[in-house]
Order: sequence, then structure tokens, then C-alpha cells
Amino acid sequence: METQIVLEKWPGVISTVSIGATKAEGGTRSNVVKIGGQTAMPLLFREGVIPNKPKIAFEIWDIAPLDFDEELLCAYGKAIRDPFAWAEVCVNDYKAELLCLKMQGTHPDFGNKTPQDAAKFVSTLLHKVKVPLVILGSGDDFKDNLVMPVCSEAAKGERCLIGCAVQENYKTLVASVLADGHNIIAESPIDINIAKQLNILISDMGLALERIAINPTIGALGYGLEYAYSIMERARLAALSGDKTLASPFICFVGQETWKTKEAKVSPQQGIIWETLTATSLIQSGADLLVMRHPQAARNVSKHIEALFRE
Amino acid sequence: MFIIGELINGMYSNIAFALKERDKKIVQTCALEQISNGADALDLSCGPASKNPLIDLPWLVEAVQEVTDKPLCLDSGKPKVIEEGLKAAKNKTIINSTTADIEKLEILIPLAKKYQSKLIGITIDTRGIPQNKDQRLELAAVILTHAGENDFPIQDLYLDPIAMPVNVAQSQMQDILGAIHEFKMISDPSPKTVIGLSNVSQGAKLRSLINRTFLTMAVASGLDSAILDPNDKELLDTLITAELILNKNIYCDSYLEAYRKK
Repeated sequence: METQIVLEKWPGVISTVSIGATKAEGGTRSNVVKIGGQTAMPLLFREGVIPNKPKIAFEIWDIAPLDFDEELLCAYGKAIRDPFAWAEVCVNDYKAELLCLKMQGTHPDFGNKTPQDAAKFVSTLLHKVKVPLVILGSGDDFKDNLVMPVCSEAAKGERCLIGCAVQENYKTLVASVLADGHNIIAESPIDINIAKQLNILISDMGLALERIAINPTIGALGYGLEYAYSIMERARLAALSGDKTLASPFICFVGQETWKTKEAKVSPQQGIIWETLTATSLIQSGADLLVMRHPQAARNVSKHIEALFRE
Repeated sequence: MFIIGELINGMYSNIAFALKERDKKIVQTCALEQISNGADALDLSCGPASKNPLIDLPWLVEAVQEVTDKPLCLDSGKPKVIEEGLKAAKNKTIINSTTADIEKLEILIPLAKKYQSKLIGITIDTRGIPQNKDQRLELAAVILTHAGENDFPIQDLYLDPIAMPVNVAQSQMQDILGAIHEFKMISDPSPKTVIGLSNVSQGAKLRSLINRTFLTMAVASGLDSAILDPNDKELLDTLITAELILNKNIYCDSYLEAYRKK
């Protein structure tokens, strides 16, 4: 007897967040990266529409990295000492379709760059590379509230994805993103209730829910990945059942979490495998945008995505 | 919970006036207010005072669908009136209602199929209102069997165990709640369940409190849908909270607002 496959149909849809604006849309980007838009759980192609593949953003900093693993430094060679060269290597050599710029150099402990210098950096980078940008603060709330508004303004009209808004500090960032036409990352500490609450708080300020990507906060393989996995799965099930306040695509900071682990530091190969497996596991749980560090890991994951979507 | 707003009914003076004067604005304002407060569908009834429901119900349908595409629940005991409403409707429809009488089922089930309408089946027949849970289940089985035999999709059938006023039929409240629970188990796929909530508090003094307490208990018994006053904010807040406790929605501090953003 033939087995009958039970297919689930969902009433909800995940919002599509478009990152980058081309000339026609008032920006200067060469391409637009779309994430989200699906009407089914991850990879269940027969249950709905999955219009966009998971995307990879290469993580770069506005300064030469201080605490990167030797293996990462080797992968980029001399370029890593010059952030602009680093960005160009990602785009030209590794074919990054999206960059994730972390303004680490503005952090009080990492050089304490002024907001003006940060804004200038963003303008120059936008001039030098043409792929869409994700722009992140340094994680210091006080400084980010000074830096991010001017960085947002420097990228006005480029429809970047800017983060991270957190429950205790979101108003300044939301106001900038609204004024300058960007999208926002809403970060919650592996907590679905806070993720939902923050999305509501942001939309109450007038930013459409369709312009939010959720950073659920992940752990690398072996470091609580399964907690993030179940939070993401639960949020996605609720969203597909019709909860619009959770129907945002997910951005996952894979590289940053992976290269903290002692396993990744054991050997170059193991680090790459660790980053690859963390990313591919998160694809299974619904990650839409993976921010990665090692070009070889990014290549592995990119191939994996192609294979998953070959059908 | 699928919320059907009950306020467009000729037994209310504003709607009776609108019907008499053919004042669409009054009906449309009432429709939009209910929707903004959380109604997923709107019940339309000309009420007992209407002299010509064959014309009045389609007029209500047309007035309301000018301002919303929400489903319309066509409320009349007369199949001919319902058919006139169905003819006028562009929105999705729910027939409110058939009884368990064969002669009614034989007209309304084909009508629901023809117009692709959902159908409310009230567990009542010419013998009158059932007095306990078993009688309700018996009548539910009559409706379900008839629907099944005539290829009506069971998931589009809403069974109503008839909510009785607590000051009239206090001893039946548990039977009604029990019926809601057991209606879901008498067939697979299971039918949906609905009640006309305001009946529960008819003639009582603390109407809103009785309504929301009953609704909470009914939701816990598995109720899918209710015809109620969506403008009663405390009632809606209670409903949203009851569903939260049943894990139907994910908690956040602003869960009331989150539900309303849906």
C-alpha cells in the first residue's frame, strides 16, 4: 500500500525583508537580497512556498580584528589589516552577496572611534563595495546610541539591515531606521516572549513589522544551539499559524559564536567544520540570514544550500 | 477563536432605524467598529420587527460588504430570506442557521453547498429545546449524518448546542459545556462549535460578567467560535487571556495588543 504523506497547510506567511536598494529604488547597491517570504516550515517544499533561499553575509569589522583566531586571519591574508581591503576580498574573491559590518572600533574598549569617524567609514565602504549591507553597533548601548544614528544617516536610502535593537535599548535605533529607510534587527536573549514583545514595541513606534528581522541569539554547536533551535521552531510555528508579531525572518550570528568555542580553535579544519555545522543546523530550524566568518565555511554552507534547494 | 460580531441586528434600535430609513452609514459604522475591536465575521439579522426580510437582509449584506470583505453570517430562521442574502453576498458567508429538522436540512445543506457557504446547525428540532447533553448529542448526530450523506464538508459545519439563559436553565449549563466538548469527538474530521453567547445572560443583571465567565469555560471546553459583542472590551480581554492560558498564542507582556494586531 502506498504511504500517504500528510501535508500541513499554514495560513500565515513570514515577511519578506529586502536588504539593499538599487539605483532604481533610490540607493546605489548592485543587488537586493531578499530573505523570508515562506509559507512553510524550513525545507518542507511541498507544504508551501519558500521563495528565498537562506543567505550568507560575510562578517567584517571597521577595524582590524583584535581577537580573531589565527585561522581566520590567515584566510584573508594581509587584507584583514585594512577593513576596506577585507571587504573587497569578501566581495571580489569570495563572491559575498551581502556584508555584515560590525562597528567594533567604536566600542570604548576597542578604539572608541567617534561617531563622525564611524559615519565616514560607512560612507567610504558604501562607495568601495556595492553589495547590500548589514550594519551592527559595537554592543555598547550608550555608544551605539551616539554612533548608529549617524551611521544610519550616512547610509540613508541604501535600505540596510541595522542592529541590534534590544528590549532595554531600541528607541534611538528605531527612530533612525524609520528616518533613513532601513530595516532593523530585533535581538532577544533566546527568549520567545521577549522576541514577540520587542517586535510589538518596535511596531508601536511606527516601523512596520515587515521591516524587522529577529536575532533570536544562538549558541554554536555544543553551546546551546538546541535552545535557539527550539525557540526558532516555536516562533515559526506560531507565525505560520497566523501570529504576525512573530512572522519575521531570522538572522543568526554563526561566525561570532562558532569562533568563540574551544573546539573551533583546536585545528583550522575543525573550526571550519564547526562553523559549517552550526550554520547548516540553523538552516534546519529556519535561519534566513547567516552571518559567517570563514570563507571556506561560507562556501561549504553555500553549496549545501544549493543542494537543499536543487529539487 | 473565530469571533462573530452580533451587533447588526434589527432588534437593536439603531439598526431598526437604519433599516427603516435605508441609512447605510449606521450599519457600516457598526460593522467597522466591531471589526476594529476584533470581530472576524459579522452576524446580519433584520430582527423580528422587519416587515420585509426578503429585501432587508440583502440590503444589509450590500451595505456591509461595501466596507469590509469579512465573512457575513446570514441570520434568519427562514431559508428563503437566507437565500436572498446569499444571492447578494460577494463576501464569504455562514448560514445562521439550520435546525436538526430534516425538512430544514434538506433545504439549507444544498443551499450552503450551492453558495459554498459555511453552515451553523443548532441542536434543536420541532420538539423544542433539548433538556440535557444527550439530547443535544442526538440532534448533533442527526445534523452531522445528514451533512455527511450529502457531501457537505464537515469542517465547514458549526454545531451550536444552544446557550440557555442562566436564570432560566441553570441546571443545563454543564450540559451545554459538556456538549461543546463532545461535539468535537463525534466525527473525524470534527465539526466546529459555536454559541450565541449573549443568550447565557439574557434577563440577568450582571450580563457582561456572566458572558465572560461562561465564555472562558466554553473556550476551555474547546469552543471554536462565538457570536458575541466584540465591543465589550473586558469580554475580549478575557477571551484573549483564556486562549493564552490554553497555549493557543505565545505570551508576551503586551499579549492583548499582540492579539489585536493579528
